[in-house]
Amino acid sequence: MTEGTPLTYFLILGTIMFFIGIYGFLTRRNLITILMSVELILNSVNINFVAFNKYLYPDKLQGHFFTLFIIAVAAAEAAVAIAIIINIYRNFNSINVEDADEMKY
Amino acid sequence: MSGNQFMFYLFGAVIVIFSILAVTSRKILRAAVFLLFVLIATSGLYFMLNYQFLAAVQLTLYAGGIVVLIIFSILLTSHISEKFEPIKPQKSIFSALAAIIGAVLCIITLLDYNFKAGNAIAADLDMTVIGKALLSYKYDGYILPFEVISILLLAAMIASIVIAKKIKK
Repeated sequence: MTEGTPLTYFLILGTIMFFIGIYGFLTRRNLITILMSVELILNSVNINFVAFNKYLYPDKLQGHFFTLFIIAVAAAEAAVAIAIIINIYRNFNSINVEDADEMKY
Repeated sequence: MSGNQFMFYLFGAVIVIFSILAVTSRKILRAAVFLLFVLIATSGLYFMLNYQFLAAVQLTLYAGGIVVLIIFSILLTSHISEKFEPIKPQKSIFSALAAIIGAVLCIITLLDYNFKAGNAIAADLDMTVIGKALLSYKYDGYILPFEVISILLLAAMIASIVIAKKIKK
């Protein structure tokens, strides 16, 4: 069912997505877009896990379950990050990384 | 070219193009919608690999939950019509250089390595199998990470309520 698309293709796709995420992480200034880049990075790791599981150890389920756990961790991370971002917006009236340069105002 | 190959190239192209757009778009709401397309294409890849449960979780949690959360917080914190100021070319060039060098190094290593495909029969992925594996404490069970993740989710929920709460003065 997966003939014609070797494992390496999936891994290359994951790599490209990961480094696009890195690029966004380095260039963006808005906190929410940085969070979106982190989501891209986590998602690329998920693709790698799933492809490894399917191609190398199809009788096991480790990759499948750890992808589930990573999705849960990403959800928790997004929730906490957005709470922090909203709090920063309330205190500084902006969510640019340069404006938020004090811990307590 | 078989149908499966065609689908892989389609999803791959969607993922690459829309993730580039998601990190370069100067309108924040558009970037969030591009991210949504990337996540949906990823769930398409999971469907292609026959992991239906995982694809459904990806669709509901990532594409449904996280993107909606991000869009809501965008609406709460920024003006939709405002555009980001363009990035300094120097910063953009050096970041792109770092990313491209890293990607090329990784891809060269990947192409060098000879992965040996496993030829065991694929495990069947019934919902009952998944549920039993998650709750089993035997050799193939995942009860410990499951419990850890539930405590993490509870802690994250409480933390986000406490952090986002308005402080009375």
